[in-house]
Amino acid sequence: MTNLNALTIKNLHKTYKNGVEALKGVDLTVEQGDFFALLGPNGAGKSTVIGIIASLVNKTSGFVEIFGHNLDTRSTDARMHIGLVPQEFNFNIFEPVGEILINQAGYYGINRTEAKKRAEVHLKQLELWDKRFGMAKELSGGMKRRLMIARALMHRPKLLILDEPTAGVDIEIRHSMWDFLREQNANGTTIILTTHYLEEAESLCNNIAIIDRGVTIRQTRMRSLLDQLHIETFILYLDDAIDTLPDCGGHMVRMIDSTTLEVEINREQNISDLFSLLKNCGIKVVSMKNKTNRLEQLFISMLRNKNGATEASSTALPEAIVK
Amino acid sequence: MNLSQKMVALKTIMVKEYLRFIRIWIQTVLPPAISVALYFIIFGELIGSQLDDIDGYRYMDYIVPGLILMSVISNAYANVVSSFFSAKFHHSVEEMLVSPLPNYIILLGVVSGGLARGVVVGIVVTLVAMFFTDIQIHSYSVTIAVFILTSILFSLAGFINAAYAKSFDDITIIPTFVLTPLTYLGGIFYSIKMLPEFWQDVSLVNPILYMINAFRYGLLGITDIDLTIAFVIILSFILVLFFFSLRLLRIGVGLKP
Repeated sequence: MTNLNALTIKNLHKTYKNGVEALKGVDLTVEQGDFFALLGPNGAGKSTVIGIIASLVNKTSGFVEIFGHNLDTRSTDARMHIGLVPQEFNFNIFEPVGEILINQAGYYGINRTEAKKRAEVHLKQLELWDKRFGMAKELSGGMKRRLMIARALMHRPKLLILDEPTAGVDIEIRHSMWDFLREQNANGTTIILTTHYLEEAESLCNNIAIIDRGVTIRQTRMRSLLDQLHIETFILYLDDAIDTLPDCGGHMVRMIDSTTLEVEINREQNISDLFSLLKNCGIKVVSMKNKTNRLEQLFISMLRNKNGATEASSTALPEAIVK
Repeated sequence: MNLSQKMVALKTIMVKEYLRFIRIWIQTVLPPAISVALYFIIFGELIGSQLDDIDGYRYMDYIVPGLILMSVISNAYANVVSSFFSAKFHHSVEEMLVSPLPNYIILLGVVSGGLARGVVVGIVVTLVAMFFTDIQIHSYSVTIAVFILTSILFSLAGFINAAYAKSFDDITIIPTFVLTPLTYLGGIFYSIKMLPEFWQDVSLVNPILYMINAFRYGLLGITDIDLTIAFVIILSFILVLFFFSLRLLRIGVGLKP
């Protein structure tokens, strides 16, 4: 069996009619079964890339292939494999929730009986079953996002593209959506995700591409990208208040307040050693967290370097990242 | 997509389009019935009773075909232009554009909505007309053919308007400034033989004249123009508009940046 990529994009260009050059040569490869993050700042071209993949935007030039189907020559076959959850709500708010799903299945040639069965499954999975007869306009923002996910799954796509699916969604629903997406991915669906919540990308995705100003500035495995962090900053929460900071044996530690410490750990150091030192001084750490999201540190530093910023953060700017 | 899948897809769009205008029948079906009733009362009863017969028919009877077809034209057009533009406006058209639907299936589905509304409104208006006059059908085949072909033609025209439209204003400009004048000047209320020769020649460039006269032939058996020419013109317009609409979908005019 040939090992096809889920998505291959080569030298993708898009210039809009108003002269804006949104894409200046984007290259991407997404493997089958991957959970892939497509990141970039606002205006980087992420939504344009997705629009072209989903046939909602005409490309100016370049090559797009979805599961071996060239988007120019075998567009119908290519589109059969894609499920899209766009950034903006794009359903008729005056239609009943259930009908939106059934109609969507119909556009893929799925008969009404089968479509009803699938709609029931997805509406139940996404906790919208009780809303099936209600108009879509009656749904909350989070429910509307889940409706779009359910709709995108109706024809069982092999490639699911989610453009900021958790934007404006509360933390509880966001986490339940993460679980749902992990399950879909575990069942074999390739997922491409764009998000501004970098912890979301870090938590869910195996591979990552960062685009900025219309070009791909980096595509790599998430793990190897995170490994390039030279220094991580943690916040430690203490059980009891302390007056002075003990000797921390070469670790960069500072007191934020009597029960909170900030510590910088470089790649040669081990945070367990610090815990041992603190324990020996009678200081008990009850919890800890990253000061900032690790991917966020890298993301910002990569964009700064790409854009030629002179001021680089020494804590988060591994030279290896900068091409 | 295989043929069976395409048929399911087409049926899906068709049913969706039918339900849309039936759901809002107070806005879509009732107004033309009231308008036509007023036309019959004012132009047929009050003014028409003062006028001579035209081609052997009472004025009331003479204007029936034109009034029915006027309703068919405006409603077939309005259905597609409002439905498709709304889908563009709310971005729900993307549901179809993302899917593997061939463009001709999208077009046939959307146009079938206009055809259905044209037919429903045409039947309702005909029932209203029966309160004012005895409708005798001279040729069922011509009547039904013109009825359906005209609905298709103006549904396609509505689609093109919707594709180019950027605002709700844009979908009212063509009906107000082009469609309505052409319809009124298309011989609904008069025979072009009543016009001076120059204006008779000018009237011949109005395509709606051919449809109204062909329909009048179907109902009353009288016409100002040759029936063959009328059908050639109607069918030619349908073909041109159909392929032009497909081209718009292929390029993505008004749909894909």
